Amino acid sequence: MDALDALAGACADVRPAEPEEGVLGVAPRYVAAPATVEEASALLRAAAGHGLAMVARGGETRLDWGPPPTRCDLLVDTRRLDRIVEHAAGDLVATAEAGVPLDDLNAALGAHGQRLALDGPPGSTVGGTVAAGAAGPLRLRYGTPRDLVIGLTIVRADGTVARSGGKVVKNVAGYDLGRLFAGSFGTLGLIVSATFRLHPLPPARAFVSQTYGSAAEAYDAVHAVLHSQADAAAIECATAPGAGHRVDVLLEGVAEALPARSDRVASLIGGTVAEQAPDGWGAYPDGSALIETSVPPASLKDLLTGPHAATAALTWSASGHGWAALPAGTPPERVAEVLAALRSIGGAVVRFAPEDVRAAVDVWGPVPALALMRRVKDQFDPEHRLSPGRFAGGI
Amino acid sequence: MSTSLDRLAARCAALLGPDAVIGDPVRLRTYECDGLTTHRAAPGLVVLPESADQVAAVVRACAAEGVPYVARGSGTGLSGGALPRTDGVLIVTSRMRRILEIDIPNQRAVVEPGVINLDVSKAVRPHGYYFAPDPSSQQICSVGGNVAENSGGAHCLKYGFTAHHVTACEVVTPDGEIVKLGEGPGYDLLGVFVGAEGTLGITTKITVRLTRVPETVRTLLAAFDSIESGGTAVSAIIGAGVVPAAIEMMDALAIEAAEAAVGCGYPAGAGAVLIVELDGPDGEVAHQFDQVERLCRDAGAFEVRVAADDAERALIWTGRKSAFAAVGRISPAYLVQDGVIPRTALPGVLARIDALSAASGVRVANVFHAGDGNLHPLVLFDDAEEGAAERAEEVSGAILDLCVEHGGSITGEHGVGVDKARYMPRMFTAEDLDTMQMVRCGFDPTGLCNPGKVFPTPRLCGEVPGVRKGPHPLVAEGKAELF
Ligand SMILES: Cc1cc2nc3c(=O)[nH]c(=O)nc-3n(C[C@H](O)[C@H](O)[C@H](O)COP(=O)(O)OP(=O)(O)OC[C@H]3O[C@@H](n4cnc5c(N)ncnc54)[C@H](O)[C@@H]3O)c2cc1C
Repeated sequence: MDALDALAGACADVRPAEPEEGVLGVAPRYVAAPATVEEASALLRAAAGHGLAMVARGGETRLDWGPPPTRCDLLVDTRRLDRIVEHAAGDLVATAEAGVPLDDLNAALGAHGQRLALDGPPGSTVGGTVAAGAAGPLRLRYGTPRDLVIGLTIVRADGTVARSGGKVVKNVAGYDLGRLFAGSFGTLGLIVSATFRLHPLPPARAFVSQTYGSAAEAYDAVHAVLHSQADAAAIECATAPGAGHRVDVLLEGVAEALPARSDRVASLIGGTVAEQAPDGWGAYPDGSALIETSVPPASLKDLLTGPHAATAALTWSASGHGWAALPAGTPPERVAEVLAALRSIGGAVVRFAPEDVRAAVDVWGPVPALALMRRVKDQFDPEHRLSPGRFAGGI
Repeated sequence: MSTSLDRLAARCAALLGPDAVIGDPVRLRTYECDGLTTHRAAPGLVVLPESADQVAAVVRACAAEGVPYVARGSGTGLSGGALPRTDGVLIVTSRMRRILEIDIPNQRAVVEPGVINLDVSKAVRPHGYYFAPDPSSQQICSVGGNVAENSGGAHCLKYGFTAHHVTACEVVTPDGEIVKLGEGPGYDLLGVFVGAEGTLGITTKITVRLTRVPETVRTLLAAFDSIESGGTAVSAIIGAGVVPAAIEMMDALAIEAAEAAVGCGYPAGAGAVLIVELDGPDGEVAHQFDQVERLCRDAGAFEVRVAADDAERALIWTGRKSAFAAVGRISPAYLVQDGVIPRTALPGVLARIDALSAASGVRVANVFHAGDGNLHPLVLFDDAEEGAAERAEEVSGAILDLCVEHGGSITGEHGVGVDKARYMPRMFTAEDLDTMQMVRCGFDPTGLCNPGKVFPTPRLCGEVPGVRKGPHPLVAEGKAELF
């Protein structure tokens, strides 16, 4: 049996790939869209039987992140895995299949006054969000997918379906594969559904903002709020070449207490209060190359004033996580300088960049414990068929 | 002929100094169990390293001899995670108790694994910070043990578990290498290491996140006629969108025990008491606290006591915190169970536990973290009575079945250890367990690091699952046990 027949026997929705469906120029032969976990399992088993390399595709918001796959025969589209399996409002948990758009999930939860506190850019699916470990400004308070996934169902490279965790928040039975798979970018298995811990939607929110002329003032404002008892849900700082240093603080809580709380923060940082999110809240900075950074709060001044700051537009969360974006046409040597400057004060990983840039720079930087990571990868995907080459250290 | 343990003893004495190696059978017995005293095994050898290099050297020596080893912090674990091997080495972290760094601007501290949980909070409290995970054992348990067990405490409802408060670990891998997890790009190996119960390596340095002390803490005690009305109050509070720092519940039998032990003076005649604590900014807490008080009364609370100050708060908590030990006053012996159910299943499950108790004649006192559905039924028995322990064990196991049946978990915080490995198949399929053990195979292909814990059947690394014939090679070699 040829591969297409085998795949079609396993999954109802299989077709030859269109030329434009390439992953960073690597064109798959087939595209399959399983609609159930069973179908996904049968599909991966068939793919294994034919030694096909595969890449999973969700909302395509981050499909161009990381290097191109070294091989890609099969694109697994998760968007037909689109059921919200359960929302147990009284237990503050929900289970959704991988292809459910995060916005749809949050709309459904919102109807019951609850939310999944992951506020990444729009368009992402549940599976893609977990696989990319993606989170927005709320990460300061609520963390990232690793902190909010309480149960995960995956399909292994050989088609085996496996589950870890469960649907209760407090649970220490067995290894937590949810945390391992969060941020694994499809290199360990196909995420088919996830169960999340939810939070109540806050009744009210307020933003306190100010733009400062100097990095020192922005640093002081951020640290004043961070070390206060203001209990901010998010603290963001942003700057761009030639622009000021903007600090935005999000406060959430009961409407009765919020005005007094936001006034206190406003006087602490000399800011103004608004109900609406400021422009660009939670968005990636603009550019043709995007770098994910980790710089601790004490090094914020260095982040805002270092040699990279002449070229890069920056956003940063007081959680220590941030982004740097470089304008189109930034030569590879300059990108390398930016990376070196960022790595001297923290971590920097190139998420996307023009091909010539990506080829010329070290996109990952140092990867501690790489040998151990390779061994874990070899256990889950001994034939290296899952998004090969797309991950840290060439995994 | 010298045995491998003899050779290891000599090697470790050379590496660590003779006073860091214990081989004397009488002294070894100190280490024969952790907080789960029903499982005992004197270790073949105990070592007391002082540094990561020494831990790594011991691990390498064990690997060279093919001898299993187990890490131990303070030995307060309640699932036998630190149960030693008679044919192995116990690596005790009690000489690794330095707080290495306090970094307030970055809200971090770096500690050695033997540091006592509460000592971290004490050290940073002058700066207005604390270490949020607060297991009831926090005065004695180690941060290394917290990492291994992913420990939580009464306040994890709002603040999460150890996994949420550890940002990096230095780890000695089963290869004897020292690696840093939690830094840089790549897999979140730290995420899976936390909660792996010491089966993936030994942590030698831990970077913890520090949490700002909240502006206000307010605590109330509400007394109800019955568990049902207490449960109604919990649902109402959660349903109102309030996330308390803690919601704890005790039933009549647990109250009786606490009263006998510490005279906590809870309202007389209560069928259940609820402790609710809120913390955060003043205005926020004040508003929600009124709401909680009202919801408790609406649910039928016949008395609500609000702590006016820290002393009164401590008094409210005394009864709850003493509950485990207190049942010793009303029963000669008891088992502490740890299971989780979806919070909404609470009334139904408690009724079933009652029925189990009535049918078997085994008394069960209930203490639980009601906010997250984590039950701690205390199964009472008289160890002098023949067959009583077995009956208690049976009831205790049946409670776990109830948890699984309702979509819950066999452990919320005490871990699987040796105690519950046999229950894992009730919650997970063979494929699930096999997949988890692939991680273990990546870290520890020879299976020498804390073998026999967590998983009922070891996976032979590299083997195709499901085609095993005859006894497992690790079992045949005595390197692992089957339950
Ligand atoms: C009275 C009492 C109340 C308790 N209350 C709670 C509670 O509220 N919440 C809760 O979660 N737990 C609770 N526990 C359980 C226990 O205290 C925790 O699991 C604690 O984290 C164990 O720490 P320890 O230092 O005693 O670890 P140990 O018992 O010594 O070891 C526990 C596990 O950790 C491993 N380990 C120890 N050190 C290391 C290391 N450096 N690297 C790798 N692995 C290591 C051991 O091998 C073992 O598997 C309670 C226990 C008691 C006795």
